Amino acid sequence: MTHTDEHPLPFWRKYVFSTDHKVIGIQYAVTGLSFLLFGFGLMMLMRWQLAYPGQPLPFIGHLFHEKAMVMGIMLPEFYNQLGAMHGTIMVFLGVVPLAVGGFGNYLVPLQIGAPDMAFPKLNMMSYWVYFLGGVTMFASFFLPEGAAQSGWTSYSPLANIATTGQTVWLVGMIFLITSSLLGSVNFIVTIVQLRADGLSFFRFPFFVWAQFVTSFLLLLAFPPLEAAGVLQLMDRLAHTSFFMPSGLVVAGKVLEVSGGGNPLLWQHLFWFLAHPEVYVLILPAMGIVTEILACNTRKPIYGYKAMVYSVIFIGFMSFIVWAHHMFLTSMGTKMSAFFQITTMIISIPSVVILTALALSLWGGSIRFNTPTLFAIAFLPMFGIGGLTGLPLGLVASDIHLHDTYYVIGHFHYVVAPGTIFALFAGIYHWFPKVTGRKMSEFLGKLHFWPSLIFTNGVFMPMFLLGLAGVSRRLYDPIQYAHAQPTQPLNVFISICAWCLGLSQIPFILNFFGSLLWGKKVDKNPWEATTLEWAAPSPPPHGNFEHLPEVYRGPYEYSVPGQRHDFWPQHMKEEN
Amino acid sequence: MCKHSKQASCFNMIRYISKPHPITGVTNAKLGTWCFLASEVMLFGGLFSAYVLLRTGAPAWPRGAEILNVPLATFNTLVLITSSVTMVMSWASLAMKEFANYRRYMGLTILLGLAFLVVKGFEYGHKFQHHHFPSTDTFYAVYFTLTGLHGLHVVGGVLLNTYFLFPGSALWKTEPEQFAGRIECAGLYWHFVDLVWIFLFPVLYLL
Repeated sequence: MTHTDEHPLPFWRKYVFSTDHKVIGIQYAVTGLSFLLFGFGLMMLMRWQLAYPGQPLPFIGHLFHEKAMVMGIMLPEFYNQLGAMHGTIMVFLGVVPLAVGGFGNYLVPLQIGAPDMAFPKLNMMSYWVYFLGGVTMFASFFLPEGAAQSGWTSYSPLANIATTGQTVWLVGMIFLITSSLLGSVNFIVTIVQLRADGLSFFRFPFFVWAQFVTSFLLLLAFPPLEAAGVLQLMDRLAHTSFFMPSGLVVAGKVLEVSGGGNPLLWQHLFWFLAHPEVYVLILPAMGIVTEILACNTRKPIYGYKAMVYSVIFIGFMSFIVWAHHMFLTSMGTKMSAFFQITTMIISIPSVVILTALALSLWGGSIRFNTPTLFAIAFLPMFGIGGLTGLPLGLVASDIHLHDTYYVIGHFHYVVAPGTIFALFAGIYHWFPKVTGRKMSEFLGKLHFWPSLIFTNGVFMPMFLLGLAGVSRRLYDPIQYAHAQPTQPLNVFISICAWCLGLSQIPFILNFFGSLLWGKKVDKNPWEATTLEWAAPSPPPHGNFEHLPEVYRGPYEYSVPGQRHDFWPQHMKEEN
Repeated sequence: MCKHSKQASCFNMIRYISKPHPITGVTNAKLGTWCFLASEVMLFGGLFSAYVLLRTGAPAWPRGAEILNVPLATFNTLVLITSSVTMVMSWASLAMKEFANYRRYMGLTILLGLAFLVVKGFEYGHKFQHHHFPSTDTFYAVYFTLTGLHGLHVVGGVLLNTYFLFPGSALWKTEPEQFAGRIECAGLYWHFVDLVWIFLFPVLYLL
């Protein structure tokens, strides 16, 4: 490709308002990582209150506004804001933008041999609408009454009568929903239409399949939440009563609303999105882990087709499991029985995928580099997250565990040492492709081992807290007598959380240091087979020197009779 | 590779912009439009199911025909259906390479869309005069929210069509096939907006 004669784009078109999927992917990834750090920071503040309730926060406590902390002691309203925004930021502004917006945008066109996404301008718009949503959410902290404080689930009627922060939260959510809608349309069209010649669906790398199914979940599950958001906005601004029952008493006074609304309606619409959203969080992670394990075990993925069918099945099933979040509502036992059964069914394909990945390790000659360590750690960590979900999916045991720390432990095992570990693995694995330089192995391992130990230190004790019946949203953890004996666990969790924060320093150093001083690499430093490694590192605008053609499946490693142990998809002849 | 090297991006390298994909049989834009409409179905599906849940849970529910203006809404239904016909005609004119007819039919579609909005505005004004607001009761909440959101979709369609009538139609001279494809997609969207009304009309006014 001769780009020397190309008219140079001004800086702001090339790096800010770029239509290149790679630049947009990097924008998404960097913004997402920043929000992950910010959301984690919120949680580290909350952990102080949970470990040492009512004691002033040392060193930085006096920096906060008096509406947040008085003499360094956190106020309950501020604690609630931190809780609501931690969840919102981690899910909608951190993990999904990094996993789908970042990795998806960067890798999907490369892995299918396309020069760009199908709609580059839409892609740019999708990022900037997401950015606006992020700014809106962030800015809501500076409102007179602070940010939203009704939890990331924003249950009505609590959220209806909450402070202005909730209105801003809804506006922010509508931005984020619009952004993911634009993104998902783009992904589906790109994957279906812009595949390289010869790249049939069953020659897709599993990562592409994962992004494909994820896009359908985003496309079809988010709009009902948008509907719910519109209804809650109407409730808050036009004083309708979609979610307000008649005769609601708040602070000793009957609310003057027309009534007749249904609080459960919010929960149904919310969880109709939020359960598929769980799979939006986990499927790209599974895709990343599959790519890394295939490459670093030097053997084909075990059960590729079974995994593809499983991921499609998960996609369908994830739309009919949502009410297992609502077993304790008044929806009735028949509904509970139905959703209990679907929930048990959806665990099967997840187990198929996890088993296939675990079996893929068998007999491989594994390279224990940093990406592989993170990817292998994903398997048991996601396994713990998944298995601890079973008691929550069964009505009888859920009655005891609902809304306790057990739930927090369960879904954090899925998302934190599960998804986020996979995302770290992906960053270490594809950093050479994006920057042309490798990350440091030493710092990578210094990042991995403490992170593994301390995430377990954070989330494992939460199961015990939950089994002891400690509610997940308590500002004062020792308010109730039954929770007081568990308080040492809270101190332990908090210390682990802060150490986990410190463990991220090697990663940050590694990330920026390797940009400058990392070892330079050529096209295919890992000797991998998929198409992104056929492009230069970093790929230029338009990605490939020639549009590639595909001759075989994605994981042709250690093929008998070959000179090399990898046979790239685009190589016509023997490698 | 990049033939139009002076362009900001190499759009020419992205395939199936004006010609359909040989296997899927559609252009990128058409597939994208269908995906977008699928999400719109889920949006209005969520709202309609909210309506069903609220109505079945309510002790009493007013009959739409008794408190809403059915003749006006019937007129509006006819206006929207006619606009769908003119929308198809504008696309068909492009297929027959009759650009002047395209402009006529597209202009007519926009006018009919505006007529719908004006009638809707009168209906709203009438309700406000009689102090019927979204906060009055759940029926009016549903009525204003659903028709309001549909109205916003009509506004969006009118703006889109106006763009294609004036500045957007410059593409006809350079890429006629791609332009006709865009009008087809705009038409898909317009028919969807029409279809939502076909559901809204009986649900709110007649049932």
